[in-house]
Amino acid sequence: MLLDTTLLSRIQFGFTISFHILFPAFSIGLVLFIATMESIWLKTKNPLYLSICKFWTKVFALTFGMGVVSGVVMEFQLGTNWAGFTQAVGGVLGPLFTYEVMTAFFIEAGFLGVMLFGWDRVGPKLHYLATLLVVIGTTLSAYWIMSANTWMQHPVGYKQVNGVFKVADWMQVVFNPATFPRFIHMLLASYIAAGFVICSVSAYYLLQNRFVTFAKTCFSFTWWVLLVLIPLQIYVGDVTGVQVHANQPLKTAAMEGIWETQAGAPLVLFAIPDQKNQLNHWEVSIPHGAALFNTHQWNGILTGLKTVPIQNQPNVMPVFFGFRVMVGMGLLMLLQSIIAIYLRWKKRLYDTRWFLMSAVLSAPLGFIALWCGWITAEMGRQPWIVYGVLKTADAVSTVSLRDVMISFALIFIVYGIIFGYFYFYFLHKTLHKGPSDIKEQEEPHQPFQYMPSSFVEHK
Amino acid sequence: MDILALSWCGIIAFGVIMYVILGGFDLGIGMMSIFFKDERERDLLVSAILPVWDGNQTWLVFGGAALYGAFPVAFSAILPLMYIPILMMVVALLFRGVSFEFRLKAIKTKRFWEICIFLGSLFATIAQGLILGTFVQGFNLSANAGAVDQWFNPFGIACAIALIFGYVLLGANFLIIKTAGKLQEKSYAVSGKIQYFILVGFVMVSVWSPFLDHAIMERWFNPGNMLYLAILPMVTMLLLITHWVAIKKKYEYVPFWSAIGMFLMCYLGFIISSYPYIVPRQITYMAAAADKSSLLFMLVGVCGMLPPLLYYTYYSYKIFRGKVVQIGY
Repeated sequence: MLLDTTLLSRIQFGFTISFHILFPAFSIGLVLFIATMESIWLKTKNPLYLSICKFWTKVFALTFGMGVVSGVVMEFQLGTNWAGFTQAVGGVLGPLFTYEVMTAFFIEAGFLGVMLFGWDRVGPKLHYLATLLVVIGTTLSAYWIMSANTWMQHPVGYKQVNGVFKVADWMQVVFNPATFPRFIHMLLASYIAAGFVICSVSAYYLLQNRFVTFAKTCFSFTWWVLLVLIPLQIYVGDVTGVQVHANQPLKTAAMEGIWETQAGAPLVLFAIPDQKNQLNHWEVSIPHGAALFNTHQWNGILTGLKTVPIQNQPNVMPVFFGFRVMVGMGLLMLLQSIIAIYLRWKKRLYDTRWFLMSAVLSAPLGFIALWCGWITAEMGRQPWIVYGVLKTADAVSTVSLRDVMISFALIFIVYGIIFGYFYFYFLHKTLHKGPSDIKEQEEPHQPFQYMPSSFVEHK
Repeated sequence: MDILALSWCGIIAFGVIMYVILGGFDLGIGMMSIFFKDERERDLLVSAILPVWDGNQTWLVFGGAALYGAFPVAFSAILPLMYIPILMMVVALLFRGVSFEFRLKAIKTKRFWEICIFLGSLFATIAQGLILGTFVQGFNLSANAGAVDQWFNPFGIACAIALIFGYVLLGANFLIIKTAGKLQEKSYAVSGKIQYFILVGFVMVSVWSPFLDHAIMERWFNPGNMLYLAILPMVTMLLLITHWVAIKKKYEYVPFWSAIGMFLMCYLGFIISSYPYIVPRQITYMAAAADKSSLLFMLVGVCGMLPPLLYYTYYSYKIFRGKVVQIGY
């Protein structure tokens, strides 16, 4: 059969998680920015920073809400569509998810309300504390999820009894050495993706000559941060790459388009991988490059894809191009941040039209890089769901194709409408309206005006 | 080993009832909101749950994650069988959650998002009712994949209707606490009417469920147990009477707490009927439990995290305490 429950379940999972990841990634970056601005405000008492906080908090609220609800879908989907996976590894990954809920979700949910609606109900210090707790919550959440995912990439500290995975050493599972570079890589990716959105919106205001002080502050600050973060990310990416090669040589082979095991493998800049014939067409490469990047040795040995039969190889095309697009986006973003700081130095950052235009357009760059990175990581792991020990095909639920079709159709339509249209519609509306003068009254349709502060006993 | 698994049953049961009560009142308010004609009133209704719904829903996520970790066998048996209702629930919750956010920002389409909040709350409740119905009746693990009658049957539909009334009762009683004036009057009126449906629901479930399965009948009407178990319906009736009096006398807090009491009693009844099964009448909690090391590792986290977590849940409710009142009302 062309379409079976496994393939459709994979497509559904890929679809839901691709939408989902945008929101937590943006939230993780944005809330750190907000917390930074709020600390500057607490220090300087300059109302400009408060208006920056309040404005981005509106965007954050919208985004975070999307992440919460799409995350619930992810959780239950693990059971509905991946029962074989749950049954085998539930005892390993379930505790990680439970810790995520206990250490992150409840903190976020509890203090998000304070962060969003509590400006008049708690003092500035307590509000700042709430923001910090949301930062901690989102970061911890990312850690638990990265540790769960890393265990699927590089399972450690377990024993297998009758097909069920049991944990022999929790320290190894939770503090899997492979988790750290990947976790930092993901955090930086989130910060950078959010940074580019902030720059894009600021550039949009500068081009329109609206909210100029606000925009200049956000614009300049974020470019400086990006100039530090992007090179750091490239370095962390390199560390991650070396570790991927050590743990999952076939993924590296697919990323680099290496078919034969060889010493001093070339860096393939461009090629069309042909999995059927196990070779590359139109290859353009730099000698020794791939060996140097992945092993940090001139003549390092890379395992070729051909070492395993074709059915045990990952699908090379998406992994190969996903990786290239990610790196390409990274270099493009680096170039932009260098230009930005050059212009800043020449005092032309705020009125160089072509650069502002390019900044507006670059809002999705960070997210494209992030998506492509995940495509590389997840499709590069195939055909395994837990690398080397559990096949994806054995992990799927016994459900009818009809049910999966219904669910996917419903999810496709709902996500398309909600995230594809309305999220961007309301995001655009919020951005278009821009930051309000903080002295100005809140809009009349804001329900929270009905909670007069006379009901608050300030402590 | 068994005590460890049993304590995890307890923790998950706690998470579920926290969700049923907290998520229940906000779903109930979601279902009521559409019937309030005045936009200002609907603003107040939504304001009452806006800062807390996310936290309430986290209990569902907690219950799901804990079931995943502590009883993976149960999680992987139940969810594929409940594919459609689970999907319906998560999509409805998703719709509802985003509608809260969008409603805040919308002006022209505000009414549309209110309808979405209503539909999302309604369908999430129906889905939960159908799932509850299946839990009470017991699962059929050998059913064909995609079998609909597993969850879609008269008893399941009755549970869904009962749950709608139950959640609206909780919602109306929460509004009695959170509102004043005309809106509070309306909430009293809703609660006053709903309590009769609740009475009918109680009688119906009590008569119906023993006939669903021989084991349930055996447990409840066993002469050795009957006397002790009779306490349960008696307390429930007392709570219902308390509720009735409280509505009449216009007490503010008693209706909410007595409604919670009724939910707890029903839940206790459900647990008594199902024990020791985690997938009712198919898999016991012992058979579904994860490895000891997983249960222990999670228990350490729960013991450390649950107390502070409950405290700041309480704290965030405290920050947003008081009534939602329209200026110049």
